[in-house]
Amino acid sequence: MSAPAPSMFSPQASEMAKSLGLKPGKANLEQFADTLTLLARKDRRILAVTSDSRGSGKLGPYGQELPDQIVEVGIAEQNLVGVAAGLASCGKKVFAVSPACFLATRALEQIKNDVCYSDMPVALIGISAGVSYGALGTTHHSLHDFAALRAINNLSILAPGDNAESRLAIEYAARSEHPVYVRFGKAPLYDLPASESLQVGQARVLRNGSDLAFIATGETVIHALLAAEHLAVFHQIQTRVISLHTLRPLDSESILQAARQCRAVITVEEHMVHGGLGEAVAGLVLQSGLKPRFRIVGIPDEYTVTGAQADIFRHYGISMEGLSQTARQLLA
Amino acid sequence: MTYTDKQLQMKSVEYRRRILKAIAHAGAGHTGGSLSCVDILNVLYNRVLRVDPANPTDPTRDRYIQSKGHSVEALFVVLADRGFYDQSLLETLCQYRSHFVGHPTRKVPGVEFNTGALGHGLSLGVGCALASKKDLADFRTYVLLGDGELAEGSNWEAAMSAAHYRLDNLIAIVDHNTLQITGRTRDVCSNEPLDEKWQAFGWEVRTIDGHCIAQITEALTRPSKGSPVCIIANTRKGKGVSFMEDVGKWHHGVPTDKELQMALQELDLAFAELESGVN
Ligand SMILES: Cc1ncc(C[n+]2csc(CCOP(=O)(O)OP(=O)(O)O)c2C)c(N)n1
Ligand SMILES: [Mg+2]
Repeated sequence: MSAPAPSMFSPQASEMAKSLGLKPGKANLEQFADTLTLLARKDRRILAVTSDSRGSGKLGPYGQELPDQIVEVGIAEQNLVGVAAGLASCGKKVFAVSPACFLATRALEQIKNDVCYSDMPVALIGISAGVSYGALGTTHHSLHDFAALRAINNLSILAPGDNAESRLAIEYAARSEHPVYVRFGKAPLYDLPASESLQVGQARVLRNGSDLAFIATGETVIHALLAAEHLAVFHQIQTRVISLHTLRPLDSESILQAARQCRAVITVEEHMVHGGLGEAVAGLVLQSGLKPRFRIVGIPDEYTVTGAQADIFRHYGISMEGLSQTARQLLA
Repeated sequence: MTYTDKQLQMKSVEYRRRILKAIAHAGAGHTGGSLSCVDILNVLYNRVLRVDPANPTDPTRDRYIQSKGHSVEALFVVLADRGFYDQSLLETLCQYRSHFVGHPTRKVPGVEFNTGALGHGLSLGVGCALASKKDLADFRTYVLLGDGELAEGSNWEAAMSAAHYRLDNLIAIVDHNTLQITGRTRDVCSNEPLDEKWQAFGWEVRTIDGHCIAQITEALTRPSKGSPVCIIANTRKGKGVSFMEDVGKWHHGVPTDKELQMALQELDLAFAELESGVN
């Protein structure tokens, strides 16, 4: 059974995805659950800890199959993270799974002190991140998690953009002896094209070009890829596309190479423009003495327009058409 | 306007119809919890709360804070019926650019706080009740909590401070439907015995049938003996629609067209029975 074509927001963008021969994937959240189940079958130290969130985390089947490897704490995110750190200190490999909006800030002090400062190998899994819960409103958006967590030491930060990156992130988190944060969206997307490297901490170059570079993360990468094709086909602009699934540690080499070789750099993220991927890249590039034309695409400093994730993406130009237009304006 | 119990019962049926239609139209919503708390909102807004749709920010108004914000459809339907805005706006629920998102927001007239992250409402309520005391005002504050929500420790921090400040003008109502997303609250993270917990925190507890208009009214209006009051309202999630009642998946289940028609038929029947006086 092949998955239905994911929505790329416009017939033109969907057509573009088809012309690139992209394969529909499953939701990254599903890939998270499937990967964790495979790992947990083999490693009995693995525990999923949930806060009335197993359904939202697609862990229903996991819980059925491995009832001894799931711990439920109820709707209590601070307790969730504290309990996870305690379990980890006793040799358990813990995945604390909760909506990103609550996990990253409700439990921020537990993350800072109990997980990161105490250096416990806890994998913090932020589900339905960004504006995945679009129409549920601002309480349910996590447009602040990169910013909050980048300000905390000793925490790897990952935002997978497709199924391969999702698997990579979870396998890495299971191996890691230190804290890891991974945020997942729940929209089914396309698998990104194969890249030379697929490693945590290494940017994935999906496409080459030297007029412009899109450096994108998470569920925005696919739209940057379509925009790059749009720019090539209709405007003879050659665009490099980098999937930056790891926000920390940042792959400075690939970023600086793009900033050196391309006339302009556009970062794209499902996050507020402050404190996320864009400012991380800007800080790196500026301090290296490089001055490409630069734009941060994300959610501006306002409460988002209301609507579903697709409405919000489109509204703020995180779409093939929107990104293509931003690129042309920046290069003009 | 004063209503008889029977008239309010009929209103509840009408509210349930509107809630289901709004959710089906939006293709999203929290069905079960809206249906379990709507009788409480009905009594609050039509009998108890001193609020004025023409002046929704009157400083002397009673405060209603819906901490279990996900049951927003019940709130939006009742506020519309009370005249805070036009009923037809509910058709924009969850749509692009609509103020009517999936949780309470202050962009909607009559809504006090932007709730939806659970475990915030009671602290907000303590703040309002404390301000009322400080200003020698006589408005009262009502907070609606979910039973699953009570796992958030912040509730108990708030409960402690409310008793400490002897906030006899603060009423918490627990929508005790015994279900949350994952299943039965007693299986997820048991919080029973609830009444003894609230009592131990210094609250007066009143346990009622949360679908009985008379009992809800009595519990909401009886004066306090000097402490904050917690009403444990025993309810059924999905109340009023047989195939939704006490069934976990209707927490955020959205009825199909066929299910909506079946539900509306049941509710029409209930309405007709009330009208003809069979009940
Ligand atoms: C802080 C926080 N954590 C998790 C959620 C997700 N959530 C929404 S509703 C719900 C279950 C609520 O159960 P309960 O309080 O019993 O409400 P009811 O049964 O009345 O719907 C959960 C976990 C949330 N909204 N806020
Ligand atoms: Mg409940």
